[in-house]
This record gives sequence, C-alpha cells and structure tokens, in this order.
Amino acid sequence: MKRFRHALIFFASLVVLWQIICWVRNSPVLLPGPLVVARYLGEAIMDGTLGVATWITAKRLLIGYGIGCVIGLPLGLMTARSKFLGDTVGLLALGLQTLPSVCWVPLALLWFGQSEGAMLFVVVMGTLWSVLIAVDNGVRNLPPIYVRAAHTMGSSGAHTLLKVVLPASLPFVVSGMKQGWAFAWRSLMAAEIYVTILTGYGLGHLLHFGRELNAMEQVIGVMFVIIGIGLLADKILFSPWEHFMHRRWGTARE
Amino acid sequence: MSISDELENIVPAKLVVEDVSKSFAGRGRRVQALDNIRLEVGEGEFVCLVGPSGCGKSTLLNLIAGLDYPDSGRVLADGRPVVGPGRDRMVMFQEHALFPWLDVVGNVMFGLKLKPGLTRKDRREVARYYLKLVGLEKFMDSNVHELSGGMKQRVALARALAPNPRVLLMDEPFAALDAMTREQFYVDMQKIWAARRKTIILVTHNVREAVCLGDRVLIFSAHPGRIREEFKITLPRPRDFSSLELAALAGDITRALKSHTTAEAAA
Ligand SMILES: Nc1ncnc2c1ncn2[C@@H]1O[C@H](COP(=O)(O)OP(=O)(O)O)[C@@H](O)[C@H]1O
Ligand SMILES: [Mg+2]
Repeated sequence: MKRFRHALIFFASLVVLWQIICWVRNSPVLLPGPLVVARYLGEAIMDGTLGVATWITAKRLLIGYGIGCVIGLPLGLMTARSKFLGDTVGLLALGLQTLPSVCWVPLALLWFGQSEGAMLFVVVMGTLWSVLIAVDNGVRNLPPIYVRAAHTMGSSGAHTLLKVVLPASLPFVVSGMKQGWAFAWRSLMAAEIYVTILTGYGLGHLLHFGRELNAMEQVIGVMFVIIGIGLLADKILFSPWEHFMHRRWGTARE
Repeated sequence: MSISDELENIVPAKLVVEDVSKSFAGRGRRVQALDNIRLEVGEGEFVCLVGPSGCGKSTLLNLIAGLDYPDSGRVLADGRPVVGPGRDRMVMFQEHALFPWLDVVGNVMFGLKLKPGLTRKDRREVARYYLKLVGLEKFMDSNVHELSGGMKQRVALARALAPNPRVLLMDEPFAALDAMTREQFYVDMQKIWAARRKTIILVTHNVREAVCLGDRVLIFSAHPGRIREEFKITLPRPRDFSSLELAALAGDITRALKSHTTAEAAA
C-alpha cells in the first residue's frame, strides 16, 4: 500500500510538472497539456479507433511472438544437444540475434508486400533468435547432475527433456522470452510507424498519422497506450513466471 | 498394488561386480579409474568404500547405477547384467541434486510418477511416509532453497528410498554436512537401514563413518583404482559414533589406508 502511494505521488507530480511546463511555454502544437491528451484518449476510446488499432497491433504481436516461441524453444533444445546443429543453426542464431530486428522490415516488405505477413515476419524474427539462444544457453548451463539423478529414477528421452531439462533451464528460458518480447515489440512499432500496412492500422500507424496531422495530443496519447501495453504484457506474461522462480529457486525479486 | 504392499515390499538384492575395468581419456594419457574390480555384496548388506579421492569410487558407483558402462567385465544386479539405470538401484549424490523447480514432496514423488500402478493420492502417501521416515513430514510443501544442507540431504534420501529400490548407492552424501548433522544422520541411517532392509553401498572419506555404518569396509587405492583390503565390522548395532571401540577400529583401518596410500606414492 505504501509502495502504491509512493508511485501515485510520483506520477501525479510528473503530471503536475507537465502541466506547469505547458503553462509556461504555452505552445499547444509542440506540447499539449495533460488535459488535451486525456480528452484525445477519451474520444479515441469512445469512437473505437484506439480499440481497433490496439487489437490489430496486439494480434500481430501475440501471433508472431507465439510462432517465434514455438519454433525457438525446440530449436534451442536441439542446438544445445547436437554439436552439428549447434555449429550451424546455433551460430546462425547468434549472428541474427545481433541484427536489430527492424532491419528485417525492408526484406519483409519485399517478400510479403504491405501485409500482415510482413508484420508477422518482423515479429517472429525479433522473437525467434533470442528465445533460441536463451534456451540453448539454459540447457548448456544445466548442471549434469539433474539429468543423471532423473535417469536413476527411471526418466529418459522425452520425459527427461520435458520434466527436467526444460524446467531446469526455466530462468534462462524466461529471460530469453522476455528479451524476445522486447525485441518483437520494438521492431513491430518501428515497422508500423514507418510502413503503411494495407491490411490494418495498428498503434504505430495511429502515432504516425498524429504526426502527419500535427496532432501532438494523438502522438502523446498513443505513446501512453504503448507504454501501458508494455507494462501490462510484463505483468501478465512474465510476472507469474518470475514469481514462481522467486518462490522455488529463492532468487531475488527484481 | 496397494500402498501397504508398496511399503511392505522389502526385497534385498545381491550385487556382483565381475572383473570390471574402466579408464578415461585424460590429458594426453588414459587414466585407469578402475582396474579389475571384483566385489560381491550380499542381500541387505551395508558396504562402505573408503579411499583417497580420484581412486575410482564414484566411477564404480556409477557403473553399478548403470549411469556409465565398464570397458571390460560386468556388473550383475540380482543375477542380471546391468544395462542402464533402474529404479531397483537408486543413487544419492554428494550434491543433493534436488530439483529446484519442484517443492519437497514433488521431488520425492518424481521417481514415483514413473512407477506404474500408483494413483496421485498413493504417490503422495508414499512420499509422506518416506518424508516422515527422514523426519521432514512437516516440510512436504516447502521449497528446496528454504531447507538447510542437512535437510536437503534428508529429502534426497527420501527421494532415493521412495521408489523402494533394492539397492541404495550413496556417494559421499554426508561430506558437505557439519559434524552434528552428520552424527544425527548416522543414527537415522541405521534405523532406516534396519527398517527398510536395503542393500547399501556407501562411499566416504570418513573412516569412522564407514565403521559406524558398514558391515564391511573396503579400502581403495588409486592409479590404478583397486580394492586393497577388506575389513569386516562385527561391532553390535546400533553403533555409537563416539564409542571407544569404534574409534579404535577406525584407527586401525585409517593406518591400513595410510600404508596403502604411501606405498602407492612410493611406487
Ligand atoms: N568422466 C570422466 N572423464 C575423465 N576422467 C574421469 C571421469 N570420471 C572420472 N575420471 C577420472 O577417473 C578417476 C577416478 O575418479 P572418481 O571415480 O571420481 O574418483 P573418486 O570418486 O574415488 O574420487 C580420477 O582420476 C578422475 O579424474
Ligand atoms: Mg567421488
């Protein structure tokens, strides 16, 4: 409760500061005040534009992220356990992971056109390599004693993989999935801002149009929504895992 | 099978190690970890292996566990060659090797889940029985990291006992514990061994520990790993770790151990 109060006071002061700057500078075009932004958000929610854009963006993100994880997890397991795959696919992943995923946008547009396919491709590329490398890393750092202990208890093959190797690498896997999420989210926003996708306008487009129309309250309002989604995703997707790991492993809460 | 069958089913086994040799590729040269080991362990017998580190004790235990294979010779459990790990031979490692992603009871149930014919409720009951046996019934739902070193080894013991193995292989399980915890363990191990009648092979550095627990103490020497000498321990049970007789006998065995190690260093 005390922490909540601190946060509330802190953010309220920020808004007040913002309002004071607006009064002093008085240039609504460059920096609209909090009330103007709040009015825009209210209107955009009421007329549905914000809801639709959020839904389109979230759909791209979740589907692309899901595909990236579903491919990255087993691939990471495989590259860690096979020398051949580690030296080939593993190395490829390491290289591609250093590439900012927004660099995929031109190629994606060429291959898929201004479509959902291009957006999904960018998100998948952002997710896949981080997840793959994190799982690979987790499995390689696994204390061998866990697998040996499991073998003595009659576990083998797929059972060992699913019930021992995977959960044992959970701390690595979750941090990799978090990193993949961050990459995917950033690259999707960049793509939406700079490329008009004909199959639907997401939050990035809304932000872009705000700039074109010189409607700074729209730009700032959409930025708030983007921040909100980022925080929400962290709480919904990753917090439960981090809580679980904190409880079981006894690692420090961030 | 019912839970009472599961808990009453006490079947000792017999282990035979027949002319087993095992070497590893070391830096540049091969390390002969085990050289022609012969060993027979009777049903329900408690055998302790002592020797300097690097003499192949863990290697021998791994071969019996089926986690590794001999270069030559063979290991028989109950007359049948060991071809891999099996729930009839459970291992307790020096590191507790408990799974941090499971709670205490989850760890104990891990092996039971792979054992056919038990419902979830049965498994929990069996796990509870063994956790009670090691004195940790209250900690069923605790997380591993919340336990002390000694408690973790107790859970590891419960986990090893839970699938009701015929053989328990223990690789320096008490080495990392403080003296007080260890001595309590000696008392409990004797009780558990008497109650569950397992065949046990215990590897240890501690000669007094070996004398306190074992029916037989085997002295190993290194390079190549061989069994040098064997002592039958006939002290009455339960044995008191701090008794004078035990200390005297341990002294004799320590001297024998030293003579083998120095002879080997001189050679
Ligand atoms: N997996 C392995 N690879 C290479 N050398 C090994 C391996 N396991 C054991 N050794 C060697 O075999 C010898 C015996 O080891 P070990 O059985 O662990 O001894 P102990 O348990 O008696 O201390 C040592 O010299 C060790 O270095
Ligand atoms: Mg050892």
